[in-house]
Amino acid sequence: MAGKSPRKLRLSTNPTPEALAELRLGDVVYLDGTIYTAREGVYMRALEEKANIPMDLPMQSAANFHCSPAASINADGSFNMGAVTATASFRFSKWIGDWMAASGAKLIIGKGGMSAEDYRQHFVPNGAVYLTTVGYGTGALLGRGVVRVKDVHWHEELGLAQAMWVIEVENMGPFIVESDLKGNSLFERENAKIADNLERLYEGTKPATLKRYGETDDRKDELI
Amino acid sequence: MISTALIQKTAEILMEKAAIEIPEDYLDGLKSAAAKEDGDLSAFVLQAMLENYEAAKEDRRAMCGDTGTPRWYVKMGNEARIEGGPIALETALRRATANATQNVPLRPNRVHPLWRTDHNNNVGIGAPEIEYAFEPDGEWIDLITVHKGGLFGTDYRMLFPSDGIAGIKRFYLDSLVAFGKRGLACQPAIIGIGLGGTKDACMVLGKRAACLRVVGDKNPDPKIAALEAEFTELGNNIGMGAMGFVGSSMVIDCNIEVGYCHTGGMQMSVHAFCLSSRRAVARIYADGQVEYRTDPDWFTPYQRRETVEWEDSTWLEKAHAN
Repeated sequence: MAGKSPRKLRLSTNPTPEALAELRLGDVVYLDGTIYTAREGVYMRALEEKANIPMDLPMQSAANFHCSPAASINADGSFNMGAVTATASFRFSKWIGDWMAASGAKLIIGKGGMSAEDYRQHFVPNGAVYLTTVGYGTGALLGRGVVRVKDVHWHEELGLAQAMWVIEVENMGPFIVESDLKGNSLFERENAKIADNLERLYEGTKPATLKRYGETDDRKDELI
Repeated sequence: MISTALIQKTAEILMEKAAIEIPEDYLDGLKSAAAKEDGDLSAFVLQAMLENYEAAKEDRRAMCGDTGTPRWYVKMGNEARIEGGPIALETALRRATANATQNVPLRPNRVHPLWRTDHNNNVGIGAPEIEYAFEPDGEWIDLITVHKGGLFGTDYRMLFPSDGIAGIKRFYLDSLVAFGKRGLACQPAIIGIGLGGTKDACMVLGKRAACLRVVGDKNPDPKIAALEAEFTELGNNIGMGAMGFVGSSMVIDCNIEVGYCHTGGMQMSVHAFCLSSRRAVARIYADGQVEYRTDPDWFTPYQRRETVEWEDSTWLEKAHAN
């Protein structure tokens, strides 16, 4: 087992610019305050169909979680929330800039980060950072950080998985700092370190007899 | 005669177990990977996962918020009889899937592919999938639920005999490296490889190799078993660990399944099960007794049979003893 463990910090879901500037790639963060879930359903409804966002943002929260919780609404209208896990964020690239402008989000929380290009174009100008969930799939640990479900919006229009869940959280985590205010990416830093070993690993193999369109042998490439 | 009420009740318990309880074989595998992990970040991730499994069991909540796409594998002994027949069985499994989605709760992941409409219960057209197999003896029925997660970590390629083992190795590495970056494959995982069959059969074999075989299990063909061991080690030597961070934890175990294919081709599929490896199994006997376990024991000698005729059960017992 490795000896050095990462630095752990508490962070508000409406963080000050100073608190954000303090974050370093690879720090482990636990959140306090209110977060909301928003993914493609919410983005399309708010940004393309121009529906009014049913929250006062970023007043109520500056933390957008790319997530659909394992949750249900009981017959009496109360909520049953179990595990909470993020979904892969790279798919939301086309909306993230407009969403930040509309919502004032400073923390984008999800799975796997976004591209350095997204960080440069959208995160840096908006003074936002990306926090990635851990694992993936520390859903039960994150579920423990949920104090209560405050509200759920648009569940009739979008279904439970795409609805906008508003969640009060305390010491919710762990999350890992994937991008900083300068737009650096932890994942890209790690990819670059691993790339050096790949040549040796592939020794003795050769490209497949039948090629595929668009295929490349550059293993520094990413899928996202 | 096995009652459908018992099937539904058992299926509901299995849905909960799969979502909440990490199978012991995978847990042990992950613990050994964690003990060897030198990458600081990767080691932190594995430690967090181990804590997460504990939290899930203590709180009786799902391990992961993405509870995957629940599906069923049903295996029947040749003498098993089900009250109401196969239609009643399928209804019981669909009801159990919907009820467990509300009660555990699970994430209602299943939507229409085009209209994105949602029944909020993981039931819809073709969902949950129900697949069947049969065994020569027995009055029992095995219910297996797998809640495989992930939109990533799975790929298919038509290779040819001329690609050989080196070609298989390369596509295996391609899949691990490509989907391992940023941890899209939710590694370290049990990796299943399907070889041969036809395109669809190859995908099925690879998925079953990942989801229906346990850590430590070996293919009965010694040369394939050697390949499984080699590929496990190869995956862990990429230099990549959990979440794509620098490390050595990529593959908890590699399982390979084969099927006879067209003489000109060599189909290959790669499937990564995930950090939650959700599977749960129960055997229901005709007398109403239910035994829960986590090993699907799917790939019996009968499932891998090569001959036209299936010999009598003495042959089967001998095969098991070896």
